[in-house]
Amino acid sequence: MGIGRQQVEHVAKLARLALTEEELNLFEGQLSAILEHAATVTKLDTEGVEPTSHSMPLMNVLRPDVVIPPIGSAAALANAPAEEDGHFRVPRILDDES
Amino acid sequence: MTELWERTAADLASLVASKQVSAAEVAESCIARTNEVEGDVLSYLTLTPEAARAKAAGVDAAVAAGEPLGPLAGVPMALKDIICTEGIRSTAASKILDTYIPPYSATVAQRLYDAGGVLLGKTNLDEFAMGSSTENSAYQVTRNPWDLSKVPGGSSGGSAAAVAAGQAPFSIGTDTGGSIRQPAALCGVVGLKPTYGLVPRYGLIAFASSLDQAGPITRDVRDAALVLGAIAGLDPKDSTSLPGPVPDYMGALDKGVEGLKIGVVKEISGEGVNPAVQTRFREAVQILEKLGAQVGEVSLPTFGYGIDIYYLIAPAEASSNLARFDGVRYGLRIDGADVENMNRNSRAAGFGPEVKRRIMLGTYSLSSGYYDAYYLKAQKARTLIARDFARAYEQFDLLVSPSAPTTAFGIGEITDPLTMYLSDICTVPSSLAGAAAISVPAGLSADDGLPVGIQFMAKPLDETTMLSAAYAFEQELGLLPKPPLWSPS
Repeated sequence: MGIGRQQVEHVAKLARLALTEEELNLFEGQLSAILEHAATVTKLDTEGVEPTSHSMPLMNVLRPDVVIPPIGSAAALANAPAEEDGHFRVPRILDDES
Repeated sequence: MTELWERTAADLASLVASKQVSAAEVAESCIARTNEVEGDVLSYLTLTPEAARAKAAGVDAAVAAGEPLGPLAGVPMALKDIICTEGIRSTAASKILDTYIPPYSATVAQRLYDAGGVLLGKTNLDEFAMGSSTENSAYQVTRNPWDLSKVPGGSSGGSAAAVAAGQAPFSIGTDTGGSIRQPAALCGVVGLKPTYGLVPRYGLIAFASSLDQAGPITRDVRDAALVLGAIAGLDPKDSTSLPGPVPDYMGALDKGVEGLKIGVVKEISGEGVNPAVQTRFREAVQILEKLGAQVGEVSLPTFGYGIDIYYLIAPAEASSNLARFDGVRYGLRIDGADVENMNRNSRAAGFGPEVKRRIMLGTYSLSSGYYDAYYLKAQKARTLIARDFARAYEQFDLLVSPSAPTTAFGIGEITDPLTMYLSDICTVPSSLAGAAAISVPAGLSADDGLPVGIQFMAKPLDETTMLSAAYAFEQELGLLPKPPLWSPS
């Protein structure tokens, strides 16, 4: 099953990847080849088969309600590309109110 | 004379505990050896000699004071650079984490520190563990100690090469579809992927969360049992980690294989596997028969679909996991006009080609209109693989196959991604089923003189049977000769 150029661009947008023309061309061919190979899976009869999301099913995982000290904001912010007043700093999200 | 760096982890632990050598001497021997061959092998992304010396001094003080020692006290080790280590750069071999210094240690790392392990450094890998040759590292291509023109396998190629080159007696790798077992096979060392959930994932930089497992890479099976015992067991910080006591893996080694029923998996042992690899594998099976195992062939029809199922599921989970690299909390940021463009630019500059390819593949198979056809279908097919395993284990105690379809291939030899993916055909089925598996050296290929591995696959949580069979096999075959680089002239 092929994947067209438009779909490649759409998927790149969903994945938040700014791809170059060259990358878009490369992935169009490569993703088509990989998906064509993977399409053999669609031939398997899975009627009535439950999907496996985890191989070792665990239910109701609980732990004792014990307070553990958090790492603190200084450590949490230490790797931030930009921070201000104990917060992560990002580009403006909302328009200026004025 | 045998140098300290040549000794196994179990030997070194016993030498240190009995005061025959100091942890400092052991650390210096491994640091010197690492420096001697690192320029050829390029196993490490970060070396930590000062931290190693400090830790070794602490162990020696504990020995002198008569304090109780951990099972790995004074034993040097290398950790794959996808394992978070507090205060020590952890990159996942990605430019997006080039300057990342974790504020905490992974449970695996912490347990090894607590056991007395001495960290020598962080080893190279395919970026975010995505690859089978370590060529996808954003930093360097690690070379196979048996032949420096060949790849070490991947994604834990640096971890396997460090152990094979004598730089560290053991290392930790991670395995999502074969990333411990395949490089171990290609480098002629032992690599163990535990049952999913046995070793906590807390602090592993996530690739595919339903598959990722950390495990030991060692020079012999005894060391694999020793290290597994130190890292296994429930962790409240990982909700997928399994409760229950950790078995005595060392104590189980001597049980042998007599009377064990061992099945040779038809689908991943013949067609698609290099003839010289098949020859060594068949001889290995004869050794198991000679030791008293009852060997038969078994067909697991869905194993032929393993790669296709894996390459739908793992990239889907990766595309979700890697959404966290958004240029906000850690990692590379490249500015943009707004938040979305900042995200897009940061990810475009920070991720390498294979990571982008898998994010694209995974995003596609999870996207509206394709989810049922690809991702859900693959999850159902995964159930069929687990059923095939369960049926086989009604007849057999263990299953065996080659660990990889070829010996180490040349650096730069495989450029097509799909061809590269096929080097995982032997290892992905047990990953999808969550079962334990180990690769043990089975000799050298008659074609190229490079190592071949045999894979033992166990029922979930039956590491003890797997280790006892692997140990008996290794005792009978004997250890491989050392790679040419072992004794530099």
